[in-house]
Formats: sequence, structure tokens, C-alpha cells
Amino acid sequence: MSFMEQSRNQAPRGWRKILYINWPLVLLVIAVSSFGFLMLYSVAGGELDRWARPQMTRFAAGLVIMFVVAFIPLSFWRQVSPLAYVFGLVLLVVVMFFGSRGMGAQRWIDLGFIQLQPSEVMKIALVMVLALYYDWLEPKKVSRPLYVLLPLLMIAVPAMMVVVQPDLGTGILLVLSGGVVMFLAGVSYWYFGAALSLAIGAVVAVMLSRGTGWQLLNNYQYRRIDVFLDPSLDPLGAGYHITQSKIALGSGGLSGRGFMEGTQSRLNFLPEKQTDFIFTTMAEEFGYIGTTILLILYTLIMIFAISAALKNKNRFGALLIGGIAATFFFYFALNMAMVMGLAPVVGVPLPLVSYGGSAMMVLLGAFGLIQSAHIHRPR
Amino acid sequence: MKKPINTAHEKNRSLTRRALVLGGMQAAVIGVLNWRMRDLQVTQSSEFRLLAEENRIRDRLIEPERGLIFDRNGIALAQNNPNYRIVMIREQAENAPLVLAELARIIDLPPEKREAIYNEMRKRAPFVPVAVAEQLSWEDFARVSANAPSLPGIITEVGLNRFYPMKEDYSHIIGYVGPVSEYDLERFKNPDPVLQIPGFQTGKTGVERELEDLLRGVAGSKRVEINAVGRVMRELGRNNGKKGADIQLTLDHDLQNYAQYRMQGESAAAVVMDVHSGDVRALASTPGFDPNQFIFGIEADYWNGLIEDEYRPLADKTISGAYPPGSTVKMVTALAALEEGLVDPKEEIYCRGFIDLGNRRFHCWKRGGHGNMDLTNGLKQSCDVYYYEISQRVGIEKMALMARRFGFGAKPPLPLPSLSSGLVPNMQWKFDRYNERWQVGDTLNAAIGQGFVLASPTQLAVMTARLASGRMVQPRIIQRIDGVAEPVEQAPSLQLKPENLDLMRLGMFRVSNETRGTAYSSRIDEPSMAMAGKTGTAQVKGISLAEREAGLADKEDVPWRFRDHALFVGFAPYDNPRYSISVVIEHGGSGSKAAAPVARDIMLRALYGTTPPIEAYPRNLWSEIREQQAQEPPPNPRAAPADGSDRA
Repeated sequence: MSFMEQSRNQAPRGWRKILYINWPLVLLVIAVSSFGFLMLYSVAGGELDRWARPQMTRFAAGLVIMFVVAFIPLSFWRQVSPLAYVFGLVLLVVVMFFGSRGMGAQRWIDLGFIQLQPSEVMKIALVMVLALYYDWLEPKKVSRPLYVLLPLLMIAVPAMMVVVQPDLGTGILLVLSGGVVMFLAGVSYWYFGAALSLAIGAVVAVMLSRGTGWQLLNNYQYRRIDVFLDPSLDPLGAGYHITQSKIALGSGGLSGRGFMEGTQSRLNFLPEKQTDFIFTTMAEEFGYIGTTILLILYTLIMIFAISAALKNKNRFGALLIGGIAATFFFYFALNMAMVMGLAPVVGVPLPLVSYGGSAMMVLLGAFGLIQSAHIHRPR
Repeated sequence: MKKPINTAHEKNRSLTRRALVLGGMQAAVIGVLNWRMRDLQVTQSSEFRLLAEENRIRDRLIEPERGLIFDRNGIALAQNNPNYRIVMIREQAENAPLVLAELARIIDLPPEKREAIYNEMRKRAPFVPVAVAEQLSWEDFARVSANAPSLPGIITEVGLNRFYPMKEDYSHIIGYVGPVSEYDLERFKNPDPVLQIPGFQTGKTGVERELEDLLRGVAGSKRVEINAVGRVMRELGRNNGKKGADIQLTLDHDLQNYAQYRMQGESAAAVVMDVHSGDVRALASTPGFDPNQFIFGIEADYWNGLIEDEYRPLADKTISGAYPPGSTVKMVTALAALEEGLVDPKEEIYCRGFIDLGNRRFHCWKRGGHGNMDLTNGLKQSCDVYYYEISQRVGIEKMALMARRFGFGAKPPLPLPSLSSGLVPNMQWKFDRYNERWQVGDTLNAAIGQGFVLASPTQLAVMTARLASGRMVQPRIIQRIDGVAEPVEQAPSLQLKPENLDLMRLGMFRVSNETRGTAYSSRIDEPSMAMAGKTGTAQVKGISLAEREAGLADKEDVPWRFRDHALFVGFAPYDNPRYSISVVIEHGGSGSKAAAPVARDIMLRALYGTTPPIEAYPRNLWSEIREQQAQEPPPNPRAAPADGSDRA
């Protein structure tokens, strides 16, 4: 554990840490979130108090959390990783029995001041515990079956618990984020090839099981798949979301209708216009130029995060940054693909932009972890 | 730093490699996302923009305001009153019967009516508004509006509703409007979409029907932005359409109202016409009905009362009634003979009360005979034998041609439905119709307006106008359309010898102004207003001569429907004719007793424009007329002219 001593020796101390923060990343996060405030203001029809102001308040709180997390030495986070994972599992069990229902799924724990979504916590905790696992594991052992099975279980248990909530989108995100950490850790390509084949096999099995006694998914999930493949099957029912979303997106054109000039979301043609479908409002009002700018901002976040991971010689830190960045990536890529009709509607918010308290807090906390790994990296 | 550097180095290189692979895959995904954005937002943008417009923009029709109808002095005869109404859109009400039941707690809406409304809604597309209640009181309307949030799909609106302030007076001429029926939609060649508006009304009879295209106007439209549940968020644009044209009739309300009043209690018709312009001043048919009853669907009792009445209130007798004109056509018979030079006005023909033709005897109305009759005397005393004689000389073909020249046998060019063309028989007609040869007896009957001859009261007024003016005057009832006067051209000449026409006018003057004239007792005593006329008493088919001779001729004993029709035609003033008039009283008895006094009163009203001075009547009638005038009710409540005097 000598490299830990070394890193502690070379790491900045006290308030000087603020100078070592990865500031471009912070500014990019603020820029994307501000984009979100604008959109929340717009979809509320120019009403600040409806969504924009609460979102800004939470963002401010989230920033505080981010800095606090960033200033705490990475060694602390390394040590609490298993605890965070267990805590996440406990929360998932709790939500199974005591959670509030929302949108047909049991996902929330009402803590009074905030509605906590355990699956959000789990996304980060899973990345943390996997990073710790591969930091502990000798690199040459990573591809041994027994050492592959353990992280797979660590991923599968929470993922299954989330899927039965049911929240397929977050379940897939958990699998993908965990997979990315395994990938970065150097697990053999053969396993990923096998996993891909398994996934394809699973899809085939899911489709074949339809209507039989051992049907693997709920009917509404099958319907989403059908409608995803052909939205015109049900333009006013299940396909309504996709159809309306594409109309709003496409009608924005190159430069958009202008801020506050969007018609589709304001006239309620769009569902969940302030959460999962907020990207369409942005697309309608700011056009292709606006959506490209947002995509560039997200890409820049990814570039800064990945380069931070590459610079980080601490294996735990590098894996943590890479895993969190990948989770973030899956968030926005899935959301955009979903609203643009490239992926089924699985209910993934647009990170930092969609209205929602706990997702925002957890995400900013995760960026705090990235910063902590960055500040406390070995030099 | 105890660990081998190689391993650590190797480990980091592996991670770097993996991170770059991952970054590359992410870059590829981002590339796909951006390509998709471009595809949707740039390549297919115009298509989606169109879909978005369709999503939020709806065009709604605005009902045009129906044109108003005025009399010649600008008195409103058909106007539009505000109508507080309720419509319902099925797709906005989740449970339509429940909403209707809820509504029934606020306004009076019996279950059977609710069921009818619900059935109507199910027949139509779910987004089509269906009328639930019309003509609500302001209180009910306000109550429903206040409760609107708990009545999904219920919409309160203020429409316009036709109102006929003069009620019975114009029931036949103006007609009425009613909701558009399936039949109407088929009737119009190119149905205007405005007809689909719930409760939209279209002309059903009379001028309302015949001038529908002018009165309806052009529907406007408003472009509204709606949200996902169809609620109107704001109005984007509006085209108000065009109000229907206002129609000013040639009718004179005071005269029309008086004529309707004067003939009340009778089944009768009267037409007053300007002999020069053809302007119809009055077109009265009694009994009438209240057209307002028809606007929202008539009640069964009222309807049954109308169709069971043997006085036929629904029929416009002035234009659709076809009556044997009786002696009122004798001028036409005489002119046919005069123009051909077949009779000398001075020539006297002896009337002994009948003539024999083969084994048939044709009677004069005066059983004892008139003795020697010349042309004008024959008219004055309406000697049938004189006309039997001259008609044999002329023959039916010449008589028929002359009758057509006076407007018989053709529909008058009026914008009114069910116009009768009457009937002018000739040899060919009889052969076509009955496959029988024309008999001389048929000619004799035609000469005195009996047998096959039929004419409407309007045709009789036209005939009289043509006699008075010597021109082919055509009747008209439309004076102005939207303030623009309809052109009046001087009618072409009848091409008859003036001295012959003068003889007819003189004969008619003698009818009304000389003792023993058949209308002497109904003369006008003011010389400058003197009327020239002709009475007619038309036998009703079905009563045989034998029955007549068997003593059934006494009017009081004959059932109403077998009594003779009483007719009168005339024009005045004799010196300078202005108006012609025809009066037909169905089963009224004799023309001189029943029709002539009515014609005199209406003509005086037309000439004076108000209640005529007593001096216009013969002195022996003064007390009777004074009493009659005293009982006269004030004119039908008059609406103020709609916009000033420019319509007058």
C-alpha cells in the first residue's frame, strides 16, 4: 500500500485543493445544467417557480455536495465503497417492501425532504465497489473465470432487483456501467464477446417466449418493443410518445423556433416534457444547432473525464472516473436515442437537464468522486 | 514502490488501451446520435414541421350572419336574434350520458330528449359538436356556463337565430329556415361546409329557400391553436367571412298586413301589383301560420292543426293556387275577338238566358236573360251568352294565344317555390291529356273561365296589370339586394290595338261604376281613385247543373267546399292606373258579393297608403264602413327600420 502513502504525500492539502480541481469539468457541468434551467423555464411556459427554480436550488445543493465529496480524500471513498454497495442493496430491499409507487413502478423512498431513488445510489455504489475490486485484484487474474464470476454477481444482484421494480432502463444502465468497469480493468475480450452473444440470445429468447407460459417480460414491455419497432402501430397510444417526440424534434429544423417559441411541448403534445422528453423541447426551440451544442458539451465532459482517468495512475481512481463517466455517457446517449426513436422508451432522464432531484444530487456527488480522484491522484 | 515497475507500467498501458477503445466506441455512438439529429432536424425537417402544424392548428368555421329581409320601407320582416345555446362534443365527454344527466339537473332536459341527443351524437363523428339545447333563457345559460368545469364536452355559445317579427303575415312569401336535413345536403349540388355546423339553418320554403345562396353569405374561418386535448389555446388568425345579402322586398308591410287582416277567417288570396313596374305590393294568402314555430322543429300539435285545416294554411294560394278564373277572363276572350276583327264593339247580341248547342244548353248566369248586349255592356253585366257567341267566332286556339299573352299558362318569374303555371287549354292539349277531340262546348266554357281553364291569383293580377298598362308587365318581389336596386326595365308592349284596350278598360269601368254593373255596390266614390274591375264566380267541379237546378244553388245550404269561388280583378285609378288587384275567396260565393268589397278595401288601402277617408266609399255604406274601420286593430307591431332610412 505504499502508493497510497506516496499519493497522500503529494496530494494538495486543505483549501489548496481548490486549485487542483478539474475546473473545465465543473464549468461544463454548470453549462449543461444551465441549459437545463432554460428548458425547464420554457416548458413551464415562462414560469420560473414550476420547475426551473426548484431545479436550480437542488443544483446549488448538489454543487455543495460535489465540492464536499471532492475535498474528502479518495482513500476514504475507497474504504467506504463496500459499505456504499451494501447500503445500496439494503435500500433496494427497503424500496421493494416500503417504497412509494410512481408511474407504475416502485422506485422511491420518501425521506420527507427528498424522494430518494435507491437505484440512483446503486449506480454509483456499483462502480465504486467494482473499482475497488479490480484495484484489489492482481491484474493478471482479472480474466480467470472465478474472478469474473464475482463481479458479475455484484452487478447481477442489484440489476435484477431494479428490473423487478420494474425499471428496465436503470437495470440495463447498471449492467452497462458495471460492464464498462470490467472492460477497463482488462477482462478478456472473449468474455465480452460471450456476453454479447448471450445478450443476443436473451433477446431472441425474450421474443420467442412471448405469449407462452414462461413469458420473460411484462406485456407492457413487449408492447413498448413493438411500438418502438413501428410507432405507427399505435400513434395515439403507446406509440404516441415516440411519434410526438419525433415530430417535436424534427419540427425544430436547423435553427429551431426560438426560445419559448416551441409549440409541441407547451401544448402538451409531449409526455413527461420536463423529465425524460426535455430534449425534444430543446430540439424544437434551438434546432439542430442547439442539440449539437448540447451533444458537444456532453462530449467535452466525456473527453475531460477520460483524459482525467488516463492521467490517473491510481488504479482505483482511474477505474472510478472511467466507470462514472461511462454511466454518465449511457445516460445521455440512451435518453437521446430514445427520444429520437433509436431505442425503446425505457425511461432514462437526460443527465443534468431533466427535472428531478435525486438524480441530479447523485450525479453531482459522482462528479465529486471524479474530482476527488483527480485532486488526490498520485503525482 | 516495492512492486515491479514493469507490472505497474503494463497495467496502466492496458487501462489506457481499454479507455481509448471505450472512448472510440463512445465517439462512434455520439456520431450516430448526431447523424440522427441531422436526419430528423435537417433532412426531414419540413415534413415534421408540417406534422407539427397539423398537431396544433385547426381551422374552425365561423357561421356567417344570414341576410335580413325588409319590406319596401325598410321594415324588418326577417331578422336575427341572439340565441343562447348549448352544444356537446362527444369525445370530450368521457361518459356522454352521464354528462347529459348532470346537465339535466341544471336545465330542463327530459330523458327522452337526452336519449335523442345521445343517438344523434353517436351517429356523427366523435368530434362533431351536436346541439343539446337552443334558445335558453339567460339564467339557464349562465347557470350552465358557471358549471362548465363539471360538464366535460359541454360548450355554451351565443348564436344567431332567425326571427320573423310579422309572424303570419309573410308565412308564405318569406317562408322559414330550419336545421339542415339530410335531404337538404343532397339538394345542394355543392354543399357548403358551413352546413355541417350544428344547428346551422337553411331556408326551407319561400324566399328563404329560393334566395338561400344570397342570404346565407360566406362562412368565415378562424385558425386556432389547440392543445393535446383539443382545448383552444389562442386564436392565430381569423377571416370573418361575408354576411349574407340583405333582401328588400317590393312588398309594402302596411298593405300586406291589412290584406292578411281583411281576409282573415276566409281561405283566400289577394295580390296587389304596380301596373307599370310589376312590383308586387301585397301577396296575401289566408290563413297563414307562424313561421317562428318551424325554426327549431315544429311541435306535433301545431303541425297537425296546420295539415288538417281544410283552409290549407300551409299553401300559398297566391302563387300555387290554381282556380277556374270564371268571368274574370272575359276581357281576354273579348280581346281575342276584337283583335281578329270578328266582333264590332257596337254589335248587339241578344241574350235570352241560354244558348243551345246541339243537344246541350249553356246557361247565362242570369236565367231570365240580359236582352241586347254590346261589348262593354256584356262586360259590365257579365253576360255569358255574349261570350258564348263571340268565342264560337274566334275559336279556342286564338283565345289560348291571347290568354298566354296575358301571362296565363306560364309560371310567373318569382323567386318562390311551387309556382303554379295554371292551365290554358287548346285542342292539342286536350288530345294529349284525354285523347279526346276538342268540342265547341269546351270553347264556350273556356270563354267564361270555366271548364279546363285554371289561373293563380298572381296570374290574374298580372293579366289586369297588363290590361291597365298595355305592356307585358312581369311581377317581381325583389326590390334591392344588399342595397343595390334590382333594375326595372319598361316592359315591352302587348302589341294590341290601343282602342281595343281602351274598350276593355271602359267595360271594366262600367262594371264598377254604373248601376247594374256587377261590382257597382263595391265602387270607389272618389273620382280620382275610381276603380275598374271585373267580378268572377267560378263553379267548383263536382257540382252538376242538375244539382244546381234542384235547388242546391242557395249558398247557405251548400256545404262550404262545394260553394263557388268568388273572384275579383281590378285596377285603379281608372284615369291613371297605378295598381292592379286580384282577389280570390275560396268557396266565397259570388264575386260581386264576396270578393269585390275585399278588393275595394285593399285597393283603397294601397292608393291612400293608410286607412282611406270615408268619402272614398259610397254614402250608403258609410255607417257600415265606419264600424268596420273602428274594429280594425292597429297594425302589426312594427320593428324599427334596421339601419336608418337609406333602405326606404
